[in-house]
Amino acid sequence: MSDRTRAPAIDGWYTLDENEPHLIGSRCAACGTYSFPPRNRFCPNPGCGGAELQRAPLSRTGILWSYTNACYQPPEPYISADPFLPFAIAAVALEKEKMIVLGQVVTGVGVEQLRIGMPMRLVLETLHEEPQSERVVWKWKPAQGGA
Amino acid sequence: MEAGAGGRVSGQVAILGIGMHPWGKWGRSFVEYGVHAARAALADAGVDWSEIQFISGGATMRCGYPGYVAGATFAQALGWQGAEVNTSYAACATGSQALAAARTKILSGGCDLALVVGADTTPKGFLAPAKGERPDDPDWVRFRLGFTNPTYFALYARRRMALYGATERDFAAVKVKNAAAGSENPNARYRKKFTVEEVLASATVADPLRLLNICATSDGGAALVVSSLDYARRRGLHPLVRVAGMSCVTPRFASGEVEMPDIATDSAVAADTHSFRASLAAKAYAEANIGPEDVSVAEVYDLSSAMELDWYEHIGLCPPGEAERLLNSGATRIGGRVPVNPSGGLACFGEAVPAQALAQVCELTWQLRGQAGARQVQGAKVGITVNQGLFGHGSAVILER
Repeated sequence: MSDRTRAPAIDGWYTLDENEPHLIGSRCAACGTYSFPPRNRFCPNPGCGGAELQRAPLSRTGILWSYTNACYQPPEPYISADPFLPFAIAAVALEKEKMIVLGQVVTGVGVEQLRIGMPMRLVLETLHEEPQSERVVWKWKPAQGGA
Repeated sequence: MEAGAGGRVSGQVAILGIGMHPWGKWGRSFVEYGVHAARAALADAGVDWSEIQFISGGATMRCGYPGYVAGATFAQALGWQGAEVNTSYAACATGSQALAAARTKILSGGCDLALVVGADTTPKGFLAPAKGERPDDPDWVRFRLGFTNPTYFALYARRRMALYGATERDFAAVKVKNAAAGSENPNARYRKKFTVEEVLASATVADPLRLLNICATSDGGAALVVSSLDYARRRGLHPLVRVAGMSCVTPRFASGEVEMPDIATDSAVAADTHSFRASLAAKAYAEANIGPEDVSVAEVYDLSSAMELDWYEHIGLCPPGEAERLLNSGATRIGGRVPVNPSGGLACFGEAVPAQALAQVCELTWQLRGQAGARQVQGAKVGITVNQGLFGHGSAVILER
């Protein structure tokens, strides 16, 4: 481990728990609708009209809805390692929240190891490095029955 | 009609003239492409620019302030003549929204004769967001996370393979079909024909999609002269191509698919999910009082060749899961039962965002007039365009003769 600070790549959207990180969404106090990224006010459900939203942890596991990869370096504001390392991308369906959340797939897992319907869980991993800090983000990892 | 979908527009407008600047990577100002297309449309209509009472421009986000006020930019470039002016922006549906403004103006009695213009100059490679650190902008966020447009196209394509057994050969066959059609189109950027094997040999960009499955970004311009039916009848036009129905609706909560530029769907704990792409065509059909069985030709937004298959189902050409069968039966080729993308589609054009929806209307107009040359769909009477872009924008236009 380096001594560099570990900091979120985007503030306020996920916890930095080493073991059980989770996304931070919002939840409507009136109808229970979740949102991610979190919203501060006003429920997006047009049938609700609620204004009060609370921060809510989202499920740490879900089912793989679809997947792909990035074979070429995305444009800015993506911050690439040099040289660029291709990565897989997962769309994961969360049962309780009834929503699908995108994320990169952890380093070392390619599309050939993914199949729609498999269980996935949330982990933290480096998105990009800065001189003084390591910027981490949520990523999806095949659950494989493990923790 | 479902609540929230808006009322039907009664009355029709005529497409009097159409014009395009060929798609390519010309590296010149979008204004030049727009004026070229506008002049071509005016000449096609037999109308002088000085007679136009309303000019409606499709905005581009990549060309600075002149792009944000495209209607005025084109008006000035054509020569200020005192017309009323409008500029619309709706991502990939920009051209349709600019057309909708002209149509509404005409149908409300505000004018008889309008010009609609869209044009763009695009950078090489992936479309990218504006600069700066802007985590409040979902478009910025998804690029920071590494999710380009092909990411989303590929998620849908992989889903199609899992749900319906689509194969990479099916996706390649769409490209082969569109390339064959586009090879006959002088306005298309890519006019080379391909084989399935050549498509499958191109580099993977976003698994399972390859370079030849994904549309490029292009420069181009397209324009329409539209008028009231009375005006068109006084001119004695035949055949008279009319806008019979349009749709520029938003999605309905809750979204069932992750849509650009979002990184998550809506949560469906308190609402049912709805298909945005299917709702686009449904509204236009309702307005035109026709159904998919009446369609003789379609121009759909093949951002990827896999997405063309999704559109077959979303515009009702076949039930869900049967698009591959429809494609492989030859029905959607020129000469088939209901040809799709006889222009060559985005596969042969690449995308010039504010011009693209207008280019779709241009192609259908040529088809309905019987002027499409080697691409002609015999006996075409009803055509539908459909497209979808960022931030809940999309459109469909139904033309009849």
